[in-house]
Amino acid sequence: MIDYSKVLSGTVVDTPKSGIRKFFDLMNTMQDVVGLTVGEPDFQTPWHIREAGIESLERGKTYYTANAGLSALREEINTYLTRKFNISYDPAKEIIVTVGGSEAIDIAFRAVIEAGDEVIVPTPSFVCYAPLVRMAGGVPVILETKFEDRFKIDPEALKAAITPRTKMLVLPYPNNPTGAIMTREELSEIAKILENTNILVLSDEIYAEMTYTGTHCSIASLEGMWERTIVASGFSKAYAMTGWRLGYLCAPAPLCEQMLKIHQYGIMSSPTTSQFAAIEALKNGDTDIQMMVEEYNRRRRYIYNGLRSIGIEAFEPEGAFYIFPKIGVYGMSGEEFCNRLLYEYKCAIVPGNAFGQGGDGFARISYAYSIKHITQALERIEAFVKTL
Amino acid sequence: MKTQLLKLLEHNATLTPEQLAVALDVDADSVRAAIAELEQSGTILGYKTIIDWEKTDREAVSAMIDVKLTPQRDRGFDRVAERIYNYPEVKSVYLMSGGYDLSVLIEGKTMKEVAFFVSQKLATIDGVISTATHFVLHKYKDTGVLYDAPEIDERGTFS
Ligand SMILES: Cc1ncc(COP(=O)(O)O)c(C=O)c1O
Repeated sequence: MIDYSKVLSGTVVDTPKSGIRKFFDLMNTMQDVVGLTVGEPDFQTPWHIREAGIESLERGKTYYTANAGLSALREEINTYLTRKFNISYDPAKEIIVTVGGSEAIDIAFRAVIEAGDEVIVPTPSFVCYAPLVRMAGGVPVILETKFEDRFKIDPEALKAAITPRTKMLVLPYPNNPTGAIMTREELSEIAKILENTNILVLSDEIYAEMTYTGTHCSIASLEGMWERTIVASGFSKAYAMTGWRLGYLCAPAPLCEQMLKIHQYGIMSSPTTSQFAAIEALKNGDTDIQMMVEEYNRRRRYIYNGLRSIGIEAFEPEGAFYIFPKIGVYGMSGEEFCNRLLYEYKCAIVPGNAFGQGGDGFARISYAYSIKHITQALERIEAFVKTL
Repeated sequence: MKTQLLKLLEHNATLTPEQLAVALDVDADSVRAAIAELEQSGTILGYKTIIDWEKTDREAVSAMIDVKLTPQRDRGFDRVAERIYNYPEVKSVYLMSGGYDLSVLIEGKTMKEVAFFVSQKLATIDGVISTATHFVLHKYKDTGVLYDAPEIDERGTFS
């Protein structure tokens, strides 16, 4: 009989399952749960974008595209980034269309990490960074961000985390799960630390459009940073296109050339139908984004006020569609709080420790839900908190 | 703020001033004042509930009727339109461009009742030249709301 423990990669076997998954599995065993757990838009992809996908199928566009993606799409990505964030890339050499922001992040790590290389991963953050670094043979160095700093990177802490083996800093803003953003001024502090080093930045800007207190600033737009930054982004959040699995990477040509090899051998090319839809999204999707962002913004204020009036402490989130309240003040761990809220009041929110170090004592609440649904959930949270 | 407020209410009239206030980032009293003003000026005309009557055992049919008119001196179509819209069976009346003049939406209990209304009341009004009645067989979407697709959250929990 085959002994699977002998054939599987130890690195993969030792990688823990995503902490969110554990909680979701629990939640799915129960009925009538009002959850604020989901990390994707509740909107469907705007119809004109879906139609562009359908039309491409009707016209028989069912073949592979160029490895890096349709050139028309890469042109549009560049136009969009220039227009919105004042960063530009050569569509021929500096943009790769990927299978979601997820693949973009993965191949960025794989192209630069050699065994033992360190990647600084601020937490709490999206669950994929540290496991992907490890699977690429690297060592994630956790940089815990703090409630007191509104979950932004503290420049001093960053300096302390840098070693001669540091290859890369992950910059996950606007942040899932905290809702934190980093402003131009705050980013320049980071830039100053990195400017004379060989350290790259992987800037995950997938929530860039969901910035409510001003406009998003990409670190690549700062003096001296373009040459050392890989921007990973995608269509999932801004255009409510999670299921289309489409994202992109932008980086200087010498980096892209290598990342493209991984994409070429591992993926070939991103889904063609999705690429046609994405062209339409970038060309004519501004009003959709505006509509959705206005709606998220209303919910953001609604939930922030709602939690505060229940007496739960949270800082006002400025980006993405999550709020990260402090729930570790009721004499139990965050996980226990979430479990009891789920079992006793049938309301699901995700324990903050699922998002890494520094998340314990907090919970991620997603507001990608209707106001009505949020109201229901808040009522249950209030009922629970009153008993404590 | 007013346009935003109207958009929110158009979508969901059950939001309380407190909820609206948070959504609009103003205080609840300003929302109350704005609503009062909009009601007074006739910008907000009412609040209703969207009901799919097919899901109940109440009998109801509706019909769209194209009505051709002869314009009257001085008052154009207004006078006739008024005579039509005063009937409680008439739910909407629109003045149209194109092949006919008024589009009239009528609701009744049965087709017979609607047909009777059209032939006996509508067609006999002075100034009405002709009517063409189209019964509604099924509503797919009304005032922006889908009838057959109840909102189910199909999102799994993956990320
Ligand atoms: C911060 C962050 N980055 C990247 C992703 C990946 O998104 P996708 O692969 O759908 O583009 C997510 C999804 O939840 C995310 O929250």
